[in-house]
Amino acid sequence: MAGNEDRVVAPVRSDWPLYEVFLRGKRGLNHVHVGSLHAADPQMALHHARDLYTRRNEGVSIWVVAARDITASSPDEKDPFFDPSGDKVYRHPTFYDIPDDVPHM
Amino acid sequence: MTGDQTEDEFAAYQGLAEDTGDHRWAFGTGFADPLEGIDTSVPEGVDAEALAAYCLMLGDDALILSHRLQQWMTRMPELEEETAIANIALDLLGQARMLLARAGRAEGAGRDEDRLAFFRAEPEFRNVRLVEPEDADFAGLVGRLLVFSAWRLALLGQLTGSADPVLAAIAAKGVKEVAYHRDYAAQWVIRLGDGTEVSHARMQAALAVVWPLVDELFLADPVTAALPGVAADPAAARAGVDAVLDAVLAEATLDRPGAAPLAMVAGKTGRDGVHTEALGYVLAELQSVARAHPDATW
Repeated sequence: MAGNEDRVVAPVRSDWPLYEVFLRGKRGLNHVHVGSLHAADPQMALHHARDLYTRRNEGVSIWVVAARDITASSPDEKDPFFDPSGDKVYRHPTFYDIPDDVPHM
Repeated sequence: MTGDQTEDEFAAYQGLAEDTGDHRWAFGTGFADPLEGIDTSVPEGVDAEALAAYCLMLGDDALILSHRLQQWMTRMPELEEETAIANIALDLLGQARMLLARAGRAEGAGRDEDRLAFFRAEPEFRNVRLVEPEDADFAGLVGRLLVFSAWRLALLGQLTGSADPVLAAIAAKGVKEVAYHRDYAAQWVIRLGDGTEVSHARMQAALAVVWPLVDELFLADPVTAALPGVAADPAAARAGVDAVLDAVLAEATLDRPGAAPLAMVAGKTGRDGVHTEALGYVLAELQSVARAHPDATW
């Protein structure tokens, strides 16, 4: 099309991008990862999350995050990341006597 | 730190301690019966026959559109959208069930919701003609859903103050559902209208199909007139619905179609039992199993 050469055209995607969904089941609890879905943008992702993950009365609040925006640790880094904490027993507060009248411990 | 932040943090801690009465903390808990504790006898001074006819009108609207939405199952462009439409169809089916049950109760002839849904002939249905045609494409689906839900939300909003406590309770539940339907449809109309050249043209074409059926939604009818304080006045809803539709169309860069209303038949419309050819096909599919096995239970 003549005259349209300078128009910026976003690359056409064959699929909608992936979003990760976090639900909070009750006020005061944490948002918990429940799954993922495809959507064209964050607003649509929120709607899809409502339609896919709260059908059985599960939630009072939803977060959606584009999966590409999540930086995750990789399995290759597993040893240097997590193994060094395996023998540091002194990091756990296991040497204290807990009084009987302290609940939720 | 601003005052707002302090308040937010306080609210978060309060949430831990306070019992909000919201017991949705695990799958399958916290469900509520919308008619719990409501007296289901017909209130004094309310014309029971008219109430039955009115509940049929609103119930049939929901029942037939729900069926049209169900026909999209396995045919939607995306899995996520299919679930969304299934949810909307189920919401409407739920409203239809309660309204038909209310109609049967007010009528007092022993007909339950199933009897009314499956064993009435086409002229006994009282739905508006808007819910009858098959959707030509996805644009048709969201275009009709936008008009229908904007209109129904306005009616249900009025009905939350109905003199019939059952109708008021059904409306209070329906308002939340239909508000979401309207939001869902509006989002898609805007996406398609303000999308590509092709999506814009198809959305505009879909509206041209829907629009001739819009005027009928706001016509006065004798049943509503016989139920002052009980039924919702469709004429009073017109301005609000028009404002909503105009706002969505403007955002979607779509023109409001100027199509002439679909002609009445001898002055009669869907509310009088005069329907388009499409309804016959819907009823044939909807009723065939129940009619083949009249006393079956499942």
